[in-house]
Amino acid sequence: MAATDAPQYRIDPPLERIPEMGRIPAGSAIEARLEKIWETAPGWRGWLSTVDHKTIGVRYLVTAFLFLVIGGIEALFLRIQLAGPDMAFLTPEQYNQLFTMHGVTMIFLYALPVLSGFSNYLWPLLLGSRDMAFPRLNALSYWIFLFAGLFMYISFPLGQAPNAGWFNYVPFSGPIYNTGPNIDVFALGMVLLGISTTVGSINFVVTLFRMRAPGMTINRVPILVWGTLTASVANLFAIPAVSLAFFLLWLDRQIGAHFFDVANNGQPLLWQHLFWIFGHPWVYVVVLPAMGIVSDALPTFCRRPLVGYTAVALATMATMLLGFGVWVHHMFATGLPTVALSIFGAASMVISIPSAVAVFAWIATIWLGKPVFKTPFLFFAGFVALFIIGGMSGVMTAAVPLDWQLNETYFIVAHLHYVLLGINVFPVVGAIYYWFPKFTGRMMSEKLGKWSFWTMFIGFNAGFFPMHIAGLLGMPRRIYTYPSRMGWDEVNLITTVGSFIFAVGVLIFLVNVVLSVKRGARAGANPWDAPTLEWAVSSPPPAYNFATIPTIASRHPLWEGRIEGEEEHSRTKLEEGYLLMRGRETLGTSPIDAKPVVILKMPEDSYTPFLVGLFVSLLFVGLLLHSWTFTALMAALSCAALSSWMWPRRKLGQRTTRHGPASAGRGGEGP
Amino acid sequence: MSETARVVSQPLPVGSVGKLSGGWWGMIALIVTEASLFGYLLFTYFYLAAQSGQDWPPTGLPGLLIPGINTIILLASSAAFWAGERRIQQGGTRSSIFGFIAAIALGSAFVAIQLLEWKNKTFSINSDLYGSLYFTITGFHLCHVIIGLGVLLLLLAWTMMGYFDHKRHVAITIGGVYWHFVDVVWLFVFSALYLSPYLQRG
Repeated sequence: MAATDAPQYRIDPPLERIPEMGRIPAGSAIEARLEKIWETAPGWRGWLSTVDHKTIGVRYLVTAFLFLVIGGIEALFLRIQLAGPDMAFLTPEQYNQLFTMHGVTMIFLYALPVLSGFSNYLWPLLLGSRDMAFPRLNALSYWIFLFAGLFMYISFPLGQAPNAGWFNYVPFSGPIYNTGPNIDVFALGMVLLGISTTVGSINFVVTLFRMRAPGMTINRVPILVWGTLTASVANLFAIPAVSLAFFLLWLDRQIGAHFFDVANNGQPLLWQHLFWIFGHPWVYVVVLPAMGIVSDALPTFCRRPLVGYTAVALATMATMLLGFGVWVHHMFATGLPTVALSIFGAASMVISIPSAVAVFAWIATIWLGKPVFKTPFLFFAGFVALFIIGGMSGVMTAAVPLDWQLNETYFIVAHLHYVLLGINVFPVVGAIYYWFPKFTGRMMSEKLGKWSFWTMFIGFNAGFFPMHIAGLLGMPRRIYTYPSRMGWDEVNLITTVGSFIFAVGVLIFLVNVVLSVKRGARAGANPWDAPTLEWAVSSPPPAYNFATIPTIASRHPLWEGRIEGEEEHSRTKLEEGYLLMRGRETLGTSPIDAKPVVILKMPEDSYTPFLVGLFVSLLFVGLLLHSWTFTALMAALSCAALSSWMWPRRKLGQRTTRHGPASAGRGGEGP
Repeated sequence: MSETARVVSQPLPVGSVGKLSGGWWGMIALIVTEASLFGYLLFTYFYLAAQSGQDWPPTGLPGLLIPGINTIILLASSAAFWAGERRIQQGGTRSSIFGFIAAIALGSAFVAIQLLEWKNKTFSINSDLYGSLYFTITGFHLCHVIIGLGVLLLLLAWTMMGYFDHKRHVAITIGGVYWHFVDVVWLFVFSALYLSPYLQRG
């Protein structure tokens, strides 16, 4: 059946209808109309108002990579200072600020945002939808992330950046020992960033439960979706802990409250509890989606489906669940009762079991497949190796007596870098190589790609493996220099050389990106012959993603009929599907078995997310400057912008309908 | 791999309808994270109380009469809103307005009494640890009540403008569940700050 032109509705849209089925051939007039419905206005107006998840995803990726470069340069400064004993390249205060900003930037402004970038771009494509559940919230989440990032760097040029380490322990970060604006910038910036993370997480959770194509039952969603979903649910429970901790610290510092004030019965350990109740789940938040990336992309290069899909999906959730019960392993040396240490030590060892399930699934996938040694494969395989090393040193420090020995030494620095770079940066770079053709329509250079992998892999191991040894030799973390008689000279020099080699590898990768955007070979819709749904649409995908909403019949829609042992079938329907083109529309489905339940009206592009983001961020600037009138003004403007955002609109089916000529209700028919 | 989803032959609702709307799910997720926030606030309270090693609260047991009455007022506000929402579902848009006005009036009374309660305290947010806890926790809650009142005012205005009928009133459903959350969470705050000291003193 061909799509008939829907009547132009002068009166209100109907409250229910049977969704039309049909085909939309490429290049047809109907396709042009669909394009028109979903396209973003050109120029700065579209730039500020777009709610397209693909644009937002790319913005997240680019911004996060800029922060990665900034954080990386900070690290190189630190490594120059530590290259030899008694160096005076940096002053102690400069060193404190640089290592703090290095941690803050990498952990908060790079590690999760980069994964949100992938998930934002890919989720609707993976799930067969036209957008995320809340497109405007998606835009808001990006703007606040950007502003929070700028906010946390606001005092950097003044030489007054945060300086108490990324986990910011009191009493050093309290009002007595840290009198400048350094910590206030960090505290307020973290609360602001928390808003971005929270609304972003809500968006992912609701999208998973509402926005999957019909037939994409819960046991058919890609593992990346499981990873991001798990991380997002965790964020809903974990982010309030850190936001509260930073807010209480700000009250201590600026209002004279006594939460962490020892002289008035406050408890410094409260900070550590609140921070790590958030902090440890956060570790899994920044790795589980990356593990999901590998679980989805690695099979493409092994030419077979992932081994143990169900086990890996369950392991993802089990890791997160256990992840909420291990925070005290960051506090083994704080004098807590032995019973607590034993329980949390045991839990920390148990958590290696689900991780091992995933590792064995990846190894089995490579083992049983026919590996194709393209650049993404190298990064994913390298990731598995680094994960094993980082995981082993993690199990070692889960043992309380050994932790007492290793705590606050470079061994921990080595462990956390193996985990965070190994499980986040390597999969992320591999994922850029993998999805770059989807993002841009062009391939990245294989030759530069292999160079970048080997330089990064060798540089990384040369840089970070010796840190284990430095730690075992007793070198403490966070020292800005050391005397030469300690025997730490050689390992530190090797580490510095390795870190520069690693940086060269990242540089080669970035050069590859820049060259390939302009001059890469053209990519078709599915250059890797991959199995998942995002490869069914053109590269780059059109604004509306899917011309018709597809109907899914398996985990591997594009490999149907090719997988050994599976029944021959090819029932996933990609060409023919739901048309849904009376304005921006997509299909809402039931949470478990993805049956169509509602036709969702999606919002148009809008400036409100940008304005809300701006006003909320300025509100925090007002708090920082103690300018209460300005703060109140910004709060009022935020509320006004939010009210206009929430104003019920007939076009979105949020208001009652009237038949006959539409009354000129306020805001009802606005764009 | 099981059956392919059938082609829809029944009409589907279009747009934001009750629990099929994205907004409803989003609000539930927001409530989960907000409830966690209050959970951490109360964790902070009990942790610091347990570690303080002094009589708790140091200023003596809190009076229960006015806060108790205020608790009832807030719960009554929830009930009034619930009644208003029911009227809309039954098609009585006009009479629902009275329910919403009553909810707003009772909510405002709660805020006024709470501010009076604050004024009568002999301690402040920076006088001692208990003061910091008391004012921060009740302050967080009061902020939520004030935001909730703002939401109720908008809902009232929209209802009076005739935006809603028995078929379409998703904003009422979503705003309402937030208001009920703000009221229920007060029961936890009230139990922690006002009732638990009596239990501890035995």
